[in-house]
Amino acid sequence: MKTTRVLVNGAWRETGAADLGAALCDFGYGDSIVSTAVNGEFVAATARTRTPVTEGDRIEVLAPMQGG
Amino acid sequence: MLTVYGVELRSRLLLGTARYPSPAVLSAAVRASGAQVVTVALRRESGAERAGQSFWALIRDLGVRVLPNTAGCHTAREAVTTALMAREVFGTPWIKLEVIGEDDTLQPDVFGLVEAAATLVAQGFEVFPYTTEDLVVAERLLAAGCRVLMPWGAPIGSGRGLNNPHGLAALRAHFPEVPMIIDAGLGVPSHAARVMEMGFDAVLLNTAVAQAGDPVRMAAAFAQAVEAGQAARAAGPIEPRDLATPSTPLPGTAFRG
Repeated sequence: MKTTRVLVNGAWRETGAADLGAALCDFGYGDSIVSTAVNGEFVAATARTRTPVTEGDRIEVLAPMQGG
Repeated sequence: MLTVYGVELRSRLLLGTARYPSPAVLSAAVRASGAQVVTVALRRESGAERAGQSFWALIRDLGVRVLPNTAGCHTAREAVTTALMAREVFGTPWIKLEVIGEDDTLQPDVFGLVEAAATLVAQGFEVFPYTTEDLVVAERLLAAGCRVLMPWGAPIGSGRGLNNPHGLAALRAHFPEVPMIIDAGLGVPSHAARVMEMGFDAVLLNTAVAQAGDPVRMAAAFAQAVEAGQAARAAGPIEPRDLATPSTPLPGTAFRG
């Protein structure tokens, strides 16, 4: 299986997923409430399955957290 | 009632959700404060730990409105991307816009702030900009479409109160119709009362409550101070004078004449 190396929240990971939606499942996010950005650009939840994962992508996966 | 972006708020105290000793204390402090709006953030989520999920469940249980922030962003681009992500997760067009320009004071980068505000307003956001007391910046933010301003009292977390009360008073006087929420730097309830007596519309607190010895009690104390300050402003304070004015009537004073 072809794997792709991507930077997820600052850590290098490998995935066999072809799109962002599948990659999130691969990385353990499952049905978590998260928001995503790829290479600094917001990717809406509805667009994840049509967003390809490519070598070297910088993926941010953010969730609600305490804030002031 | 305070009205911001068409939403009426009974409480004029907004509360941050960070730095509490425990989630239980956070919940109790929010309830004690009477706050109807709490600030929240987005941070990197671990697929293994999923810490954000339980936090979000706790906030939803409180039944309050959330004001997501863009804390930690140092450029307009970062702030805009974070705002877009926050809108999707939190399901609100409200965004507390922070673009930090200096790490020691966490002073806003007002140039990036105005740029990001214009971009976000164009995309349908209702922006609460964390700004300074600078009148020109305030004018630009309003021109960009902001309908609320959030000037700082003092650097975030400093507990200093108002570093520049005269500048803040000038800002208040210059834009009398604009809702203004003093955000950051307050330390004790008397600071909040002073802010309200000066005619500001609300205060946003975090560290002063979360890091207090008893956060729940401090939240209640701040709520009382905000209410007292607001009532005092509405009641019309007297003008300060340099010399004494007898409060007891002089006519009829014994031993005179």
